[in-house]
Amino acid sequence: MSTLAADRPLVDLTQTPRVRLSRLIRVELRKVVDTRSGMWLLISIGLLTIAAVAIYLFAAPTEDLTYEGFAGITATPQGFLLPVLGILAVTSEWSQRTGLVTFTLEPSRGRVVAAKFAAVVALGLAAVAIALALGALFNVLGTGLQDGSGDWNLGLAGGRDFTLLQLMSVVQGLAFGMLLMNSAAAIVLYFVIPTAFSILFGLVTALEDAAPWIDLGTAQGPLFDDHSLTGTEWAQLLVTTVIWIVVPLVLGILRLLRAELKSA
Amino acid sequence: MIEVEGLTKAYGKYLAVDDVTFRVEPGTVTGFLGPNGAGKSTTMRMMVGLTPPTAGSSTILGVPYSQIPNPGTYVGVLLDASAQHAGRTGREVLHLGATLMGLDESRVDEMLAVVGLSDVEAKRRVGNYSLGMRQRLGIAHALLGDPQVLVLDEPANGLDPAGIRWMRGLLRSFAERGGTVLLSSHLLHEIEMIADELVVIGHGKIVAQGSKAELVAASGTLVRSLDLDTLGVALKQAELEFSRTATNSLIVQATGEQIGRVAADSGVVLTELRAADGAGLEEMFLQLTAEDTRDEVPA
Repeated sequence: MSTLAADRPLVDLTQTPRVRLSRLIRVELRKVVDTRSGMWLLISIGLLTIAAVAIYLFAAPTEDLTYEGFAGITATPQGFLLPVLGILAVTSEWSQRTGLVTFTLEPSRGRVVAAKFAAVVALGLAAVAIALALGALFNVLGTGLQDGSGDWNLGLAGGRDFTLLQLMSVVQGLAFGMLLMNSAAAIVLYFVIPTAFSILFGLVTALEDAAPWIDLGTAQGPLFDDHSLTGTEWAQLLVTTVIWIVVPLVLGILRLLRAELKSA
Repeated sequence: MIEVEGLTKAYGKYLAVDDVTFRVEPGTVTGFLGPNGAGKSTTMRMMVGLTPPTAGSSTILGVPYSQIPNPGTYVGVLLDASAQHAGRTGREVLHLGATLMGLDESRVDEMLAVVGLSDVEAKRRVGNYSLGMRQRLGIAHALLGDPQVLVLDEPANGLDPAGIRWMRGLLRSFAERGGTVLLSSHLLHEIEMIADELVVIGHGKIVAQGSKAELVAASGTLVRSLDLDTLGVALKQAELEFSRTATNSLIVQATGEQIGRVAADSGVVLTELRAADGAGLEEMFLQLTAEDTRDEVPA
């Protein structure tokens, strides 16, 4: 017994707390912005958002120069790049092989995934806030420079739909990233799938009725337009979200929990 | 303290790591030696929970690695010095680690000083680092949480001779303070410079382990006899060096002919007389390496 006790240096592990989730989230947030590529992605999102509202200011008819118009136009560049941010938040752990460090400092992969999820959702919300602020600024400019209508009526539903759209895209990016564990494959698939679907639905007229139940883009249509979704439209949004976001997310998490982390 | 027990990793039919068992004691620097593709990295990844083992288990400080809370503050791990985001600065890499472990920012400066990375170097992006600088950064990262155990995969790779000497000093003093060190290498001379205990692996299997002195002495001629004691006395009289093994044989530092003459003179019956197993550490290692250069085996 005494030799056994001497064998094991008494290290009391029970007094050490786990890595706090807030610290994990802080690190994951910082990892999105502290590299050159991450920084440029964020700058691109910002610049394209500004460019979109600026072009809209001069190109749109004056009666459309409303808060809803300006806020809505930011959705296009953001919806395009936010998912890339979600994808890279995961795939860089493989492409840059930082996963070796990430998952040794926090062996519970589920907690790392939770932190990444929280980080990209926070960034998505920040992007929404910036978009709404830019929309407001340009709405004021619109009335001053272009004699725009300056209508402020976005409504709760409009804000909700706008936020929902951006969060869906960033989470979908995260899910694709985890599922494919490869930046190029995830980005290509993310952009090719909607195009492939619109071609398919265009060719096969019989599928046209099924489109809102299968195609996420089609189901999201009402979120852009009238902000008053019918029960059927909510159901279609739910079904397509499950197919294209929830299922990839769950499979992606399962894959990440089981994957072997290698350096080469 | 590291304990590895029957660790096995199979990829399909291929056994990358085959029933590997060893211990690393506190206060020692243990070298994990083997050619490229011998299973060193896979074993180390299994030890820290990155690769699920097919069979077997391992513990660090008495528990599986994944059960150590805030493991960075107990175990310093460096698995691949190049596995850092090329677009991050060296200082940023350490800053992220310190934030995650909940350490004071001053630890970052301390560790940069310990591994000899200057302020200017620390502000450069890792993509512009030489391999030697990445190794130093990796060591700094491993030491960040003031751990008791170090697990380092090929840390001397890319270091110049002065750098290897520096690392020897660093790991020695870490061990002298009661730390446990396991470091891998595919270069015999490198590991001979740094380690005092050796675990040699080839084709996924442990082929030798023990203190460096023991293993280096294991070259020579192996003798078995019906009367080992009498033979021992005779060898001593002939001033031939020998050691007795655990399997009732002698390893003699002499040729077969010399030993045969001593045996004939003393009238002892020999039952076996041949070159010692693998003919020493270097020979054994060369054999492992030569076999490996012909067929590439996944790490």
